Amino acid sequence: MNALAPNLIAFGRVLRRAGLPVGPAEALGAAEALGHVPFSDREAFRAALRATMVHRRDHFEVFDAAFDLFWRNPDLPIRPPDPDEQPPDTFPAATRRASEAMLGASQPRSSAGEPERRQDAALTVSDNELLQSLDFEAMSAEQLSEAKREIRRLVLPLSERPTRRFRSDTTGPRIDLRATLRGSMRLGGEIASIARRRQITRPPPLVLLCDVSGSMARYAQILLHFMHAVANDRARVHSFVFGTRLTNITRALRNRDPEVAFQAVSHILPDWSGGTRIGEALDRFNRLWARRVLGQGAVVLLITDGLDRSGAEGLSEAAERLSHSCRRLIWLNPLLRFAGFQPRAAGIRALLPHVHEHRQVHNLNSLRALVATLSADGRSHRRSA
Amino acid sequence: MAEFPPPDIAATQALLEAGGYVADRALATTVHLALAMGRPILLEGEPGTGKTEIAKVLAAQLPRRLVRLQCHDGMDLASAAYEWNHARQLMAIRLAEAAGEADRSALERGLYDRRFLEPRPLLQAIEGSPALLLIDELDRADEPFEAFLLEVLADFQITVPELGTIRAHTPPVVVITSNRTREVHDAIRRRCLYHWVDYPDAARERAILARRAPDVPAALSAQVVAFAQGLRGGDTFFKPPGVAETVDWARALTALNRRELEPDAAEATLGVLLKYQDDIARLRGAELARRVEEAREAAS
Repeated sequence: MNALAPNLIAFGRVLRRAGLPVGPAEALGAAEALGHVPFSDREAFRAALRATMVHRRDHFEVFDAAFDLFWRNPDLPIRPPDPDEQPPDTFPAATRRASEAMLGASQPRSSAGEPERRQDAALTVSDNELLQSLDFEAMSAEQLSEAKREIRRLVLPLSERPTRRFRSDTTGPRIDLRATLRGSMRLGGEIASIARRRQITRPPPLVLLCDVSGSMARYAQILLHFMHAVANDRARVHSFVFGTRLTNITRALRNRDPEVAFQAVSHILPDWSGGTRIGEALDRFNRLWARRVLGQGAVVLLITDGLDRSGAEGLSEAAERLSHSCRRLIWLNPLLRFAGFQPRAAGIRALLPHVHEHRQVHNLNSLRALVATLSADGRSHRRSA
Repeated sequence: MAEFPPPDIAATQALLEAGGYVADRALATTVHLALAMGRPILLEGEPGTGKTEIAKVLAAQLPRRLVRLQCHDGMDLASAAYEWNHARQLMAIRLAEAAGEADRSALERGLYDRRFLEPRPLLQAIEGSPALLLIDELDRADEPFEAFLLEVLADFQITVPELGTIRAHTPPVVVITSNRTREVHDAIRRRCLYHWVDYPDAARERAILARRAPDVPAALSAQVVAFAQGLRGGDTFFKPPGVAETVDWARALTALNRRELEPDAAEATLGVLLKYQDDIARLRGAELARRVEEAREAAS
């Protein structure tokens, strides 16, 4: 056990560098667990470490890769990192992440690519009015950054759902017998006043699905700001972006500082401004995430122009399933602003029958209008093509 | 009565086996550790992979009283831990008045007596120790309940403000399951030993089937398992069948007096195996015949 302790601590450090949330508590738990399994049994040893140090399925691959690399020869005392021992490039990403963590080859994240931000935002009122109705696509860099600041001030007032919890409230509709009785104790059992309570309400979970393919590039930048603002404004927001693939950026967006958050997003995002396969992305979402994030009356905001590279294959089915598994599916479409907007593209025709609402998002005013819609309840505005 | 905790992993595995649960080595290790270390087990996995079953088998084999808390949205203290029986309390006040009782503190003590407290699963598991507490589908509960659960799991005690703290004499064995319809909070995860319950491989699934449905003919059983395993690979189906569905399907086909898997009976009973219309539609006709043929080949 004594020889093992430094190895365990070192292994914990390796896992942490590989991005797993492993702290002293996990190392202690692992040490305790190892007292209950025979050392000679490698699989039990692995299972014991995994049960105590890893808390979610998504981390198993990284753990297993790190385990295989680290405990190659458990008899050896802890080795200093060997810089010559570069992993071959054919290793899968998880292994590379684990071995990089082991060699300490983490590089400071570069902060290039983001345009400089102007601080002299002394816009006049008329400028500001202009900004409200200006299309995102037509904005200059300066106007864009002002718009981003505006967006950060938006609050989404989703209509609240009742929960099954109560709080005391003197004008509440229900009698709180427990509190009433407790009050009566002060008066020797005489019930002089009746305590009341009211149901607690809270906003439903919100899921944002944003298209970041080439045709959406100009909007995607500002909509990402919108997503960041929403994600930091309320609890229970899940954010995804998709082009040809679907990526969950919830954790990355949770960082309060937008620049840091976008940096984190760009690290995990494989396809900025590529093609779109909306049907496939929605299908992935339905399979992998819908059951995990769409509970408890969730509202989905689907942000896309509906222009699908793969000819809307499978889109209708995926959209239908999605609309059935959430309380409200709202499609935000930057193309909708054109007065003569006709649902001609196959993707748009496939999507339209299944969304509960179709809104425009091309300028600040439309975002404002969206905020107003979200507070109006019901799925009564079902729109059909 | 089995030794508690079981002395080693093999003994734990044998214990589960004796209860009809065929566990792989990693799961047996996790269960063994949970019993030895007195930590809760968090079991995550697709629906129908036998998470709840582990708790039931453990309870039967240890043996311990199984206390089950089925979680749901907005679950509150009253349905999870305890509730005061206000009707009986009011009655007690009336009776005290009728008897001319005037001592306030005596009345108060009498009113918040243990006999007016209705225990719900969490309190039952703590008072009625030794128990096995199954917190089923924790993902259905909401975050405030998880926060409350943290206290219970940390010290195995519940504080009732009017009565004081109630402690468990013997800490209950705790099994928590989640279907991942929502992510369980990290704080809960960190208190538990974590295990992801995966679909079993063909050999283990046949063993499970032999245990759970002994009447099914061996040939049919092997074909059904091969068929179900075939559905799980890849991304074709929205909800591939779990082990529970495989067992049900084998039973259904046996009930129809089938000794082997045939396309017509398979088509008629597909609803036992697959629970989504799109998935069933995808399997009709030639595709089904092809897969049945494949399963029969794989099983022979």
